[in-house]
Amino acid sequence: MNKLKRLLKFVNPYRKEAIWALLLLIAVIAVDLSLPRLIQRLIDKGVTASNMHVILTTSLLMIGLATLSALMMIGNTLLAARVSQNFAADLRSALFQQVQTFSFGNLDQLRTGKLMVRLTSDVNTIQMMILLALRIMTRAPLLMLGSSVLLVVTSPRLALIVAIFLPIISVFLYFFIRRAQPLFLRVQSKLDKLNQVLLENLAGARVVKAFVRTPHENARFAVANEELTAENVKVRRLMAVLPPTMFLILNVRTVAVLWFGGQQAIMGDLTVGQIMAFTNYLMMTMFPLLLLGMLAARLPQANASAQRIIEVLDSTPEVQERSTARVLQATGRVAFEQVSFRYNLSGEEQVLTDINLVAEPGETVAILGATGSGKSTLINLIPRFYEVEAGRVTLDGVDIRELTLASLRGQIGVALQETILFSTTIRENIRYGRPQASEAEVVAAAQAAQADAFIQALPEGYDTQLEQRGTNLSGGQKQRIAIARALLIQPPVLILDDSTSAVDVETEAQIQAALTALRQDKTAFIIAQRISTVLTADKIVVLENGKIAAEGTHAELLQSSPIYQEIYNSQLGEGPGSGLAA
Amino acid sequence: MTKQTERRSSMGGGHGPGRGGHRIEKAKDVRGTLRRLIMYLRPFTGTLLLVFVLVVIGTLLVILVPYLLGVAIDDYIANRDLPGLLRITLFMLGAYLGQWFIQTAQNYLMAAVSQRALRDLRRDLFEHLQTLSLSFFDQHPHGELLSRLTNDVDAVNLAVSENLTQMLSSLFTLGGIVVMMFAVNSWLALGTLTILPMMVGLVGIIGKRTRSGYRKLQQEMGRLNGIMEETFGGERVVLAYGQQQAALDKFTASNTAVRDYGIKAQVYPLLIGPLMGIMSNANIAVVAGLGGWLALQGLASVGNIATFISYSRKFAGPLRQLGNLYNQIQAALAGAERVFEIIDREPKLNDLPHAIPLADIEGAVRFEQVNFSYAPGNPVIQEMSLSAAPGQTIALVGPTGAGKTTIINLLTRFYDIESGAITIDGVDIRQVQKASLRGQLGIVLQDTFLFSTSVMENIRYGRLDATDEEVIAAARLANADHFIRHLPQGYETELSERGSNFSLGQRQLLSIARAVLADPRILILDEATSSVDTRTEAHIQEALLKLMAGRTSFVIAHRLSTIREADKVLVIDKGRIIERGTHAELLAQRGFYYNLYVSQFKGLGEKEVETVDSRQ
Ligand SMILES: Nc1ncnc2c1ncn2[C@@H]1O[C@H](COP(=O)(O)OP(=O)(O)OP(=O)(O)O)[C@@H](O)[C@H]1O
Ligand SMILES: Nc1ncnc2c1ncn2[C@@H]1O[C@H](COP(=O)(O)OP(=O)(O)OP(=O)(O)O)[C@@H](O)[C@H]1O
Ligand SMILES: [Mg+2]
Repeated sequence: MNKLKRLLKFVNPYRKEAIWALLLLIAVIAVDLSLPRLIQRLIDKGVTASNMHVILTTSLLMIGLATLSALMMIGNTLLAARVSQNFAADLRSALFQQVQTFSFGNLDQLRTGKLMVRLTSDVNTIQMMILLALRIMTRAPLLMLGSSVLLVVTSPRLALIVAIFLPIISVFLYFFIRRAQPLFLRVQSKLDKLNQVLLENLAGARVVKAFVRTPHENARFAVANEELTAENVKVRRLMAVLPPTMFLILNVRTVAVLWFGGQQAIMGDLTVGQIMAFTNYLMMTMFPLLLLGMLAARLPQANASAQRIIEVLDSTPEVQERSTARVLQATGRVAFEQVSFRYNLSGEEQVLTDINLVAEPGETVAILGATGSGKSTLINLIPRFYEVEAGRVTLDGVDIRELTLASLRGQIGVALQETILFSTTIRENIRYGRPQASEAEVVAAAQAAQADAFIQALPEGYDTQLEQRGTNLSGGQKQRIAIARALLIQPPVLILDDSTSAVDVETEAQIQAALTALRQDKTAFIIAQRISTVLTADKIVVLENGKIAAEGTHAELLQSSPIYQEIYNSQLGEGPGSGLAA
Repeated sequence: MTKQTERRSSMGGGHGPGRGGHRIEKAKDVRGTLRRLIMYLRPFTGTLLLVFVLVVIGTLLVILVPYLLGVAIDDYIANRDLPGLLRITLFMLGAYLGQWFIQTAQNYLMAAVSQRALRDLRRDLFEHLQTLSLSFFDQHPHGELLSRLTNDVDAVNLAVSENLTQMLSSLFTLGGIVVMMFAVNSWLALGTLTILPMMVGLVGIIGKRTRSGYRKLQQEMGRLNGIMEETFGGERVVLAYGQQQAALDKFTASNTAVRDYGIKAQVYPLLIGPLMGIMSNANIAVVAGLGGWLALQGLASVGNIATFISYSRKFAGPLRQLGNLYNQIQAALAGAERVFEIIDREPKLNDLPHAIPLADIEGAVRFEQVNFSYAPGNPVIQEMSLSAAPGQTIALVGPTGAGKTTIINLLTRFYDIESGAITIDGVDIRQVQKASLRGQLGIVLQDTFLFSTSVMENIRYGRLDATDEEVIAAARLANADHFIRHLPQGYETELSERGSNFSLGQRQLLSIARAVLADPRILILDEATSSVDTRTEAHIQEALLKLMAGRTSFVIAHRLSTIREADKVLVIDKGRIIERGTHAELLAQRGFYYNLYVSQFKGLGEKEVETVDSRQ
C-alpha cells in the first residue's frame, strides 16, 4: 500500500484536473438521482393522466438532464484519462531518467527486458487503476452515504443487521488483497523472464541460427511462456472468486434482511411497504460496494507493480556527482595515483592493483597486455565510468571526483572496445557527441578515421541509415565510425580501446598517421594488440594481472621487459621467417 | 532509399500471405482478424461448452431470485406465514449459493482458457519470429518486436479474458427482455426497439474509432519500446558522450505521443456509457409519448406503459455492456492485428519445398561465379569462384569492407546469393535444409554474442548434449579455462547482458570454445581473435591448428601471423578475389598481399623487413 502511495505523488501536478473530475462525478450523481423521480412523474402525472403536455415537458426535461449528465460524465472521463495518462507518461519518464543517471556498474546489472516490463506493463497497471479510481471514487461513497441514510431512516434495526456485513466485506477484501499481491509479483517476474528470452533471441539471432538452436530456443521460450501462463492462471483463478463472492455476501445480506425483517413484519413491527422500500435501498448500496470490490481487485496488482517501479527509482547510481563538483577546462594531464579497483566490492579479486601512471598533455600512452589483464578497466576509470576502490585519478591535478560528470566526460573522447552504433544515419552517429557540429567537421572527423572514403562510396553517403547496432556495416567500418565519433568532440583526452582490431593493417596505419597529425596537443590512451599500433607512442605500458609490469618507449621495453619481448616475438620474432620456410 | 520504403510498407501491410498491401487496407480485414483470434479458442471447445451451460443456468438463477423475493414478500410476509418465510429464505440462500458457485466456476474455467489461448498466441509469434531471416532482425527495432509480444498480446488479453462470459449473459438477458416485451405489447415493443439501430450505429462508430485509436497507441507504444531498447542497449555510449538529455528528448517525443494516443484510445470506449445513457432516457421519453398516444387510440393500457418504461430501463444495462465489450474487442483486434502482422510475414529464406537434409559432409566447398548484393545495384560479391578441398584451411584476407564476412554469410545461408552457386560436396546449398547445413558448421562470428546464462551453458550452446568435461576441454583448447577457473563461481558464473562482465577478449575465447565444442565438419573463424592479445592468440593457434587438421576451415584475420599456415590464402578486395596462393607464393608475388604483410612490420625495425626481403 505504501508503495502505491509513494507513486501517487506523480499525480500531484494534475491535482486540479483530478479534483475537477471528482467534482463532475458528484454533479453526475446528483442529476442521476433526480432522473428516477422524473420517470415517476412521467408515469403518475403524464401517462396515467393521459396528459400529453406533462409527457412532453417531462420527457424533454429528462432528455435534457440526461444529456447534461452524459456531458459531465464525458468531461469526467476526459479529465480522468488525461490525469492518468499524464501520470503514466511522467512515471515512464522518471524511470527513464533514473536509468540515465546510472553508471557502468549499474548497467552491468541491468536487464533490458526486465526494465522494459517496468516501463510498460507495470506503469499501465497503475495507470488503469488511477483511471478507474477517478471515474468511480466519489460515486461509490456518495451513493453509499445516500442509501445508508435512507436505510437508517426506514428501519434502524434492519440497518444494524446490514451494518454487520460491512466488516465482513472489509475483512474479505483485506485477505483477498494480501493473497493476490504476491501472485501478481510473480506474474510480473515471469513476464520479465519471457521478455528476456525474446530479447536475447532478437539480439543473438545470428548465433541462434548459426548453431541451429531454434528448437532449443523454442523450448526455452515455451518454458518461460508456460510459467507465465501458470502464474497468470493462478492469479486469475483467485480473481475469479472476487466478484461472485462480493455478490454472495451482498445477497446473503438481502436474505438476512428478508428473514429478520419478515419476522418483524409478521409481528407487526414493520409494514410490508417498509420492507419493500428497504430491500430496494439495499439494492442501491450494492452498486457502490461492487465498485469498491472492482477497485480492490486492481489494488494488489497495482501495488505489486508499484513495488517493482520503486525498486528502479530507488536504485542508487554507483557513480555520483558531489554537490561541490566543479567544471574544469583541462589541458589533458591524466594521472593515476596508487589506484586499485575491483568490480564487485564483495569478494572478487582486485582487477587493478596499485596503478601509478602519468600522461602529460600531448602524450600518447599505449597500453598492452594479455586478455583480461585490465586494460579496458584502467581506461574506464578515467571518465569515471567506475569508481576507484583506492587511490585517485586526476585530470590536470584535480581528483576527477571533484568534477562534474558532464565537464569530465565532455573532455574525454572515448571509443569503447565494443562498438555500439545507433540506428540513425551515419552522420548522426558521427556527430552523436556534438550534435551541433558542422558538416565540414563531420567529414573531417570521418576523414581522420579513414571512414570518409567508404561512406562516400555508399549510395546514400552520410545519410545512409544504419540498421540495428549498425549491422549493415562491416566490423572495420563500424569501428571507424566510432573513432570518428570520438574525434569529432575534439577532446583534450582521447581514448581508443582496441578500436582498430577489425581494421586491416594498412588502413590502421593511415588512421595512425591522421591521428598523429591531429593529436598534437591531445593526451591519448591507445589500447592495442599489435605492436605496430603502439610503436610511436610516447609511453608504452604493459599490464599484467592488473599491475603495471613495464613502462617505457618501444626501444626501452624491447631492451628491458621480458613480457614486451614476448609480445613482440609472438607477432614477428619468428614471423616472416617461419612462413617462408614452409 | 528504395530499401527503406520497401521495408516500411512490407512491415505495415500484408496479412494474407503474399499480399503486400497498404496500411489503410487493414481496416477491411477486421473479420479475418477476429476469426483468427477465435481460432485460438478452438482447442478449448469442451470447456467453452461447459461455460456456456453454466452461463445459461446462471442467467436463469439471476432471473429467478428477484422473483422469489417478490413471492416472499407478497405471499409469506403479507400472509404472516413464518415457516413459509423460513422455507423461502433458505431456498433463496441456496439459490444465491448456487449462483456463487456457477459464477466462480465460470470465471475459474475461463481464466485458464483465456490465458492458454494467449500462451498459444505468444508461442506462435515467437516460433514464427525464429523462422524469419537475419535481415528482418537487423532492420526492425528489437524493442518494437518485443512490444508485439508484450503490449499487443496484453491488449488482446484485456478483452478476451473476463468478458466472454459477460457477453453471453448480456445477450441472454437482452433476448429475454425482448421476448417479454413482445409478449406484453408488440406496438410498444416495436417503438422501444427503434432505438436499437441507433445504438448499434453509435457503438459501431465509436468502435471504429476505438480500434484506430488503439492501433495508433499500440504503434507508438512499439516505437517507444524500440527507443527504450536501443537507448538502454547503448547506454554506455550515451554516458560516455554525456548525451543523456538528447536521449531523454528522443524518449520524451515518443512518450508524449503515447500519452496523447492513450488518452484518445481510452476515452472513446468510455464514451459509450454516457451516450447510451442519453439514448436510453430519450427512449423512455419516446415510449411514454408513444404509449400516451397508443393509450388514446386504445392500443395500450397504462399498465403496459409503466411496464415498458421499466423494460426500457432494464434494456439499457446489457446493451451498454455489449457496447463496452464490442469496444474492448476492437481494442483487442488492434493488438491482434499487430501480432498477426508478424506471424504473416513470409520467411524470406525458406527452405525449398523439396529440400533434403544434407548428409554428413566431407567438407568440399565451392563457390562458382557467385554474385551478391545486400541492396540491389550495390554489388558486394562479384563473380567469385573459390574451392576448398576437404580438410583444407582457407584464409580470407583483405581490407576492411572487402566482403570477407559476406562470404561467410553466404556460405551459412544467412543470405541467399543472386547468381552462381555455392556447393558443399557437390550439393547446391540452396537445395538442402538450412538446419542440416548449419548443423555441420562451427562458426565464430565477428560480433561475439553470449547469452546471459552461466559460462558453462554458454559454451555448451555449441553442442547441447556435451558433458561438463567436454565443455571444459573446449574451454581449455580456447585458452579460456584458466581465467574461468579464476572466477569466484568458475563455470557457474552468470554472464551479464551480452556478457559485459567479461573483457571482450575473454568473450571471444568463450565463443571459440563454443564453436570448438560443436565439433563441426567445417570451421569458420571470422576474426575470432581480433581482441585477443597476441601471446594468448599464439597459444590458441597451436590448439586450433590441431583441431583444424582434417576439417575444412575458413579463417578471416587481419593479423596475418595467424594465417601463415593456411593451405590457401585468398586476398579479397571490393568483392573480388584478387590474389590466391599460399602465404609463401603470395609473398613472392610481391603484390597486394605482400604490401599488406610488410606494412605490419613497418617501422618495427629494419631487421624484420629485411628478412622478408632477403628471403625472396
Ligand atoms: N547487412 C548489410 N546490409 C547492407 N550492406 C552490408 C551489410 N553487411 C555488410 N554490408 C556492406 O558490405 C560490404 C562488405 O562487408 P563485410 O562485412 O563483408 O566486410 P569485411 O570484409 O568482413 O570487413 P571487415 O574486415 O571490416 O569486417 C561493406 O561495404 C558493408 O558496408
Ligand atoms: N563489468 C565487469 N564486471 C565484472 N568483472 C569484469 C567486468 N569487466 C571486466 N571484468 C573482469 O576484469 C578483468 C579485466 O577486464 P578488462 O576488460 O579490463 O580486460 P582487458 O585487459 O581490457 O581485456 P581484453 O584485451 O580482452 O579487452 C577480466 O578478468 C574481466 O573478466
Ligand atoms: Mg578490453
